[in-house]
Amino acid sequence: MMENVSFASTGAHARPVDLPVKMHGRKVEVFYGQKQALHGVDLEIPERQVTALIGPSGCGKSTFLRCLNRMNDTVEGARVVGDITLDGEDIYNKNIDVVELRARVGMVFQKPNPFPKSIFENVAYGPKIHGLAKNKAHLREIVETSLKRAGLFEEVKDRLDEPGTGLSGGQQQRLCIARAIAVSPEVILMDEPCSALDPIATATVEELIDELKQNYTIVIVTHSMQQAARVSQRTAMFHLGRIVEVGPTEKMFSNPDDKRTQDYITGRFG
Amino acid sequence: MTEHTVTSYGEELRNLVRRISEMGGQAERMVAQSVQALINSDWGLAQSVVADDVLLDAAQRELDERAILVIGKRQPMAVDLREIVGAIRISNDLERIGDLAKNIAKRVIAVSEHSQPIQLVRGIEHMAELALDQLKDVLDAYADRDPARAESVRSNDEAIDAMYTSIFRELLTYMMEDPRNITPCTHLLFSAKNIERIGDHATNIAETIYYIRTGEQMPAERPKGDRTPSLTAPRPAVAGAGADATAGE
Repeated sequence: MMENVSFASTGAHARPVDLPVKMHGRKVEVFYGQKQALHGVDLEIPERQVTALIGPSGCGKSTFLRCLNRMNDTVEGARVVGDITLDGEDIYNKNIDVVELRARVGMVFQKPNPFPKSIFENVAYGPKIHGLAKNKAHLREIVETSLKRAGLFEEVKDRLDEPGTGLSGGQQQRLCIARAIAVSPEVILMDEPCSALDPIATATVEELIDELKQNYTIVIVTHSMQQAARVSQRTAMFHLGRIVEVGPTEKMFSNPDDKRTQDYITGRFG
Repeated sequence: MTEHTVTSYGEELRNLVRRISEMGGQAERMVAQSVQALINSDWGLAQSVVADDVLLDAAQRELDERAILVIGKRQPMAVDLREIVGAIRISNDLERIGDLAKNIAKRVIAVSEHSQPIQLVRGIEHMAELALDQLKDVLDAYADRDPARAESVRSNDEAIDAMYTSIFRELLTYMMEDPRNITPCTHLLFSAKNIERIGDHATNIAETIYYIRTGEQMPAERPKGDRTPSLTAPRPAVAGAGADATAGE
């Protein structure tokens, strides 16, 4: 799991060594109206690694995830302070094209949400609106490659014209992953992508995450400790809007430094 | 430590710990009784040790099953996982200690059929006392999850090893003095070796306790103490060395 990766330390703000940083949040604060949801979060997201965000409900992990592609912009009254960069570039800069940002930083949600269109159209939609396909043949190629990468192509290749909503839950989620991949993102954010799936579909998606990290940087929010331990290389533990510990996943789940992490992962919280 | 949200999970873990303590008490008793039987040529006591071993074996198998059930049911993490894996390992060491005590008990008849120099049995008795102290200390360290005490148990094992080496030399000398000593001395030698192994299992348990508590392996192991593999027989008495013969190393 951790081959060729070494980490300098495992303290609250430990940073990965020898890994390029894809995204970097510094002193991130988020307010929903008067309520402050994040209190100065610092986190580096290493490139082509899976970073898991864990913590009890309301701890701010999903809020932080949504900051990474400015999904919080769509929430009324939400205000983000601090600094988040993608390849060193401030994503909250006013010159940033948010639509383009969301193509570079894609998102997969908790509940599979395919468009009420055919399987083909679900995947082709993004490349079309972003003008990524040179012609129909190219578009077809993008759709096919994306479905293959999402591990879905073999199951749907004979029924690409059928509605995406007719697929099983696990297939729908992989369709959503194919849709996210189709616009060639660099980062994929996943907000509890398996919580609505059965164990087999969950295993398929986890296998997929493992393959996707060869090409993409992945940030996943999950409530399943076992899932975080299985799929991620780095884990950040959130509590009351702050990161209390971040470090290599192996260390976080075998011998964490912070008592709150220990209590949370062993089911002692509260 | 904070209680688990699911109280039955905490109860399952406490149950494993309780069983280890019980097994520890039983193993301790078996060691003490087997040595007592050896010293006093008490065949009845020896037989009860042999019978007790069956119970200790059963306790170990039951603990294994329960531990596996907890892992399957609760998917433990971090300290809980170490606690459970530690219980499996410690129960295995305790079961082996029981086997070694049983083996000593089985030798009681063979040894008691011959008369052997009293100081030899005293040497083994003293060695057994050291091993029992170690066992008691390590079980206390387990009850208190005390890594410092576990470390001291490991370093104290050296004394048992040194004692074993000296008993080994002494027994060789007696055997060379009079071939009629060979049978009882061989049995005593095996008994001494068993006690030395009991000390090693106490050391294993100490290392497991350290791991449970800290999540790390106990640092820098000392060199293993059984030096007898490189010892040769002392020179016979005619060379004027007698019981004090220096064994070549």
